[in-house]
Amino acid sequence: MTRFITSSFSHLILLIGILIMVVPVWMIFASSTHTSSMINMNGLQILLGDSFYENYLRVLLYQGGFFKEITALKMFFNSFIMATGVAILSVVTSLMAAYALVYYRIKYATLLFWIIFITILVPLELRIFPTYSVMAELNLVNSYFGLIVPISASAIATLFFRQFYKTVPDELLESAKLDGANTWRFFVDFLIPLSKTMIVAMLIFMFVFGYNQYLWPLLVTTSEQYWTVVMGLKMMSGSIVHRFAFVMMSMVPPILIIIVLQKYFIKGVFQDK
Amino acid sequence: MKKVQFKSSYSQYLFLAPQLGILLIFLYWPIIQTFRDAFTMQDAFGFGSKFVWFDNFLFIFDDPAYFIAFKFTIIYSFIITLITGSIGLLLAVQANNVMHGKSTYKTLLIWPYAIAPAVVGVMANYFFSERFGLLYHLFHELWGFNWYESVFDSYIYVIIAGSWKQISANFIFFLAGLQAIQKSVIEASMIDCKNSFRRFWTITFPLLMPTTFFLIIINITYAFFDTFGIIDTTTIGAPSGETRTLVYKAYMDGFRGLDLGSAGAQSIMMMLIVLVITIFQFRYIEGKIHYN
Repeated sequence: MTRFITSSFSHLILLIGILIMVVPVWMIFASSTHTSSMINMNGLQILLGDSFYENYLRVLLYQGGFFKEITALKMFFNSFIMATGVAILSVVTSLMAAYALVYYRIKYATLLFWIIFITILVPLELRIFPTYSVMAELNLVNSYFGLIVPISASAIATLFFRQFYKTVPDELLESAKLDGANTWRFFVDFLIPLSKTMIVAMLIFMFVFGYNQYLWPLLVTTSEQYWTVVMGLKMMSGSIVHRFAFVMMSMVPPILIIIVLQKYFIKGVFQDK
Repeated sequence: MKKVQFKSSYSQYLFLAPQLGILLIFLYWPIIQTFRDAFTMQDAFGFGSKFVWFDNFLFIFDDPAYFIAFKFTIIYSFIITLITGSIGLLLAVQANNVMHGKSTYKTLLIWPYAIAPAVVGVMANYFFSERFGLLYHLFHELWGFNWYESVFDSYIYVIIAGSWKQISANFIFFLAGLQAIQKSVIEASMIDCKNSFRRFWTITFPLLMPTTFFLIIINITYAFFDTFGIIDTTTIGAPSGETRTLVYKAYMDGFRGLDLGSAGAQSIMMMLIVLVITIFQFRYIEGKIHYN
């Protein structure tokens, strides 16, 4: 009986927690399916209206008005390029750097370690203007390269891969060497397949990180053609229901990725068995 | 370190080169420029700059607005850490308790983690707008809430907006921490101590210390840096600069005011704060926690 009471209590608390998370998002979604005059008269809505297709299609495809020249569809495309670029570039470079740090007897290993890891203490926000002027000098303002590379200058994934490699048994390298594998073959044929979960977890993490960037795209793009979704929140004009619809759509890609690939994400980050 | 390794050869540099190259050009070069900015002052027409030692730093310390931002950042990090940590822990303990539906609860509580702070800010904006904001009207009924004018009310606004999604991150990590505790430890403690409340605080919570301190650092970093998107889409510093974080102020001074010297000096001050927190974590706290 007490077991039943305590577990009902747990369910109740969890339910309240879920409501706190779900209700605000639901209300914005429900409101986004109404007309603007409805919202202006009656405030945020809790029940669905019938302007879903009208509002969402208009925001996705309409050019000139909501934003000046760019459609929301193009902004999603830009965000996707940026997030994918950040994920792939940072994960590939981190995989390789961690490999060198763990599997080589390097002369200045400690120095290299600190050169790489001290960077975790200096997030982009702390060097934003100088980074911008470097990008301007290299003529990379308004380019995908400019959106992607400074965000990928991160050693967080390196730290995770290094921790992971250290748990790999020494016998793996010994047997690989007996099979005649050189350093490149060992990396590609043995270590990468073994790190699959970790790699997927880091790809998810960096994709969401790249997609959610706000300040940097705001600074490094002056041409509308390179605007991303999240920075677009600052730029949108137009009627209130269209803004609701854009806000709703902006959060779909990262949420979808986290929910669908949840298992990998949690396994990788916490190094569960 | 590994016992078996490859001998040092040119190939190690091929593996290191991509990351080191990106870090040197897009991280170290800008950091060096930050220091150069912080110790120089540009003349009014942008024709040149001269070395001014610590003048930029002295100007910051003379600026009351800097201390207002400093105070807000500290209060903000502290409260966000406290709120999101305790709610995250409460939910994680309950989710760990239940027999059925554990993974459903996990899924339903994990997703806000993925939402960008700027998106959260825009959403909060709708709930705190004077025109149709539900929370605005609720709080206004209760005590005359008005974040445009009251510092206290604007704090409430940015704290609610800043805490909401971060609860998820705390929940995920606490739940993982709880699941990592060995069953035998919990079973043994159940025999020794019948009171589940006391059992939690004397057995389980001390075992969660590594997770707790990790989360403290994560939450402070979040409140310092990631909340830029929240402030910029909610109060923009309202009533009059009281809800600006240090990062937000530095950005505004550099971008709107074009004062790169001051922005550089403020960045270096923040680097020092981050460094102190990190050293504090390693030296002081890490020595005091129990690892199992």
